[in-house]
Amino acid sequence: MEAIAARPRRTAVDSRRASVLAVYVIWKRDVIRYWRDRVRLVGALAQPLLFLVILGTGLASALRGAGGFGGLDYQQFMYPGIIGMAVLFTSVFSAMSIVWDREFGFLREVLVAPIDRSAVAVGKALGGATQATVQGLVLLALAPLVGVRPTPLAVLELIGLIFCLSFALASVGVAVAARMESMMGFQFVINFMVQPAFFLSGAMFPLTGLPGWMTVLTRIDPLAYGVDPLRRVVLAANGTPAAALDRLSLTVAGAPVAIWAEVGILVGFGLVALSAAIWSFRRRA
Amino acid sequence: MGEDQLAEWAVETRELVKTYGKVEAVRGIDLSVRPGEIFGFLGPNGAGKSTTIGILCTLTEPTAGRALVGGIDVVRDPGSVRARIGLVFQDTTLDDQLTARENLEFHAFLYDVPRWERRRRIDRVLEMVDLRERAGSLVRTFSGGMKRRLEIARGILHSPYVLFLDEPTLGLDPQTRNRIWEYLHDLRRREGITIFMTTHYMDEAEFCDRIAIIDHGRIVAQGSPAELKGLVGGDVITLRTRDDGGALEQIRQRFGLEPAIDPGGLRLEVRDGAGFVPRLLRELTVPVDRVTLSRPSLDDVFLKLTGHAIRDEEVGMRDRMRGMAVRWRGARGRR
Repeated sequence: MEAIAARPRRTAVDSRRASVLAVYVIWKRDVIRYWRDRVRLVGALAQPLLFLVILGTGLASALRGAGGFGGLDYQQFMYPGIIGMAVLFTSVFSAMSIVWDREFGFLREVLVAPIDRSAVAVGKALGGATQATVQGLVLLALAPLVGVRPTPLAVLELIGLIFCLSFALASVGVAVAARMESMMGFQFVINFMVQPAFFLSGAMFPLTGLPGWMTVLTRIDPLAYGVDPLRRVVLAANGTPAAALDRLSLTVAGAPVAIWAEVGILVGFGLVALSAAIWSFRRRA
Repeated sequence: MGEDQLAEWAVETRELVKTYGKVEAVRGIDLSVRPGEIFGFLGPNGAGKSTTIGILCTLTEPTAGRALVGGIDVVRDPGSVRARIGLVFQDTTLDDQLTARENLEFHAFLYDVPRWERRRRIDRVLEMVDLRERAGSLVRTFSGGMKRRLEIARGILHSPYVLFLDEPTLGLDPQTRNRIWEYLHDLRRREGITIFMTTHYMDEAEFCDRIAIIDHGRIVAQGSPAELKGLVGGDVITLRTRDDGGALEQIRQRFGLEPAIDPGGLRLEVRDGAGFVPRLLRELTVPVDRVTLSRPSLDDVFLKLTGHAIRDEEVGMRDRMRGMAVRWRGARGRR
């Protein structure tokens, strides 16, 4: 067997090039692990399906008895919210794997490499965004189950929206996980960040006519800016009149927020969170 | 730093200090490691070994002093140092949900191993540690020894100038430990790579070309194992005779030595034991039953230099706890 390096390498690794490759390989590792763990992929569908099928059917029936839900089918109303829920949980769980990696030591393999630490944050955020997008798309495929039949154009719009939301939430997740030392904090994150984010997002009820304090909380919830455009596209594709849509929509200072603005808010939110994550990774040894 | 500038020393530190608050973990360490040698860094747990290796690997910033790896300052240019070193940590840093090959591919990307060399090099390092057949298996299914071998393979995948190993044989059974040593010697012979390793197993230090002994944050001795053993004052001869009193008197008169009376017989330290024994037997008129000649061990050296034995009981305890922690993590990781 000939020598691997008769003369050991003395030239420096091109750090910028290695960093770009690192983003790719960190993303790829997440995808490989996600794909290999198909039990988790299916398991992650259980909760959204329970909400959609059981809670959705139950609430829809109750609301019909109580005089209806503004002429809308409640299950169709909540369906985009459930997509948001799947995206939220998947992206946060995926980001939490950073804490896991830290505990098991694997993170060290990455942190001692001759790469810029920002690659870790970016690779992880993209990995989480990919997983959450796939999870969202699986739920999107279930649209006919609740009587929603989006046009091909609407499907494309929905895919784009799901990705933007996934990116924003995965970035927030990475920013939080970058500061966490152990899995002890995980339950805290679930109870004080993830679940409130879900309840305040408008996934289950319209965000209009709420008390002032709650209105404020809903407007700072990034998930709200993901659920709202998803809902508009889904319901519009299903023939809901524009006036009814506007009544249900997210308003800021009394005016409905345009979809493009909501996308801008999501992406902006993601970039800010990602910058925070990069800062955390660069700072720590 | 010029491409062809050869550092005189592969690793060099000058008055290296690291304090954590009031605790002085490293108190002015000078080390010089020659290119291509296996350098052993010895000392009990808590002596400052891991802190020193952390500084050399750019993971810990020194409080004072300088450290150079391949002639590059670890504080001024950590990126260049990182690109030139390989690391094998005390605890595993493998992803056990990936296969052995996937772990190596991940590493190859992080260190920008050129695309055309990636596969060939991965195959070669796997072969080197006898894991070629298991390349496609999930690391989860590997034994502790296999994981350590895979980590060594990964550590050299990008052809580092210096390979750092922090307690590479910790918690492994003796057979596996011997194999790891075979791989390391093989590696040095074939690759000419410099190996810097820490250990608290004194017997393992014998396998090193040169060693430094650290205790309480200070280097107490540095040199080849033979040189260090020379510090003890030579070989130890134990003599059992029919008349110890008579023998003692004769040795005093003829050789000017002062033997100690041990339960095992008369004990004397001489420089050249192998040459001395025949002379001794020729001169003594007292009948001799048995002569034992033993060379000093590094344990003797450590005892002589520090005044205390390397704290083996404590180490044993930590090993057991570490083993338990690893098993517990392993069980949880499989969920």
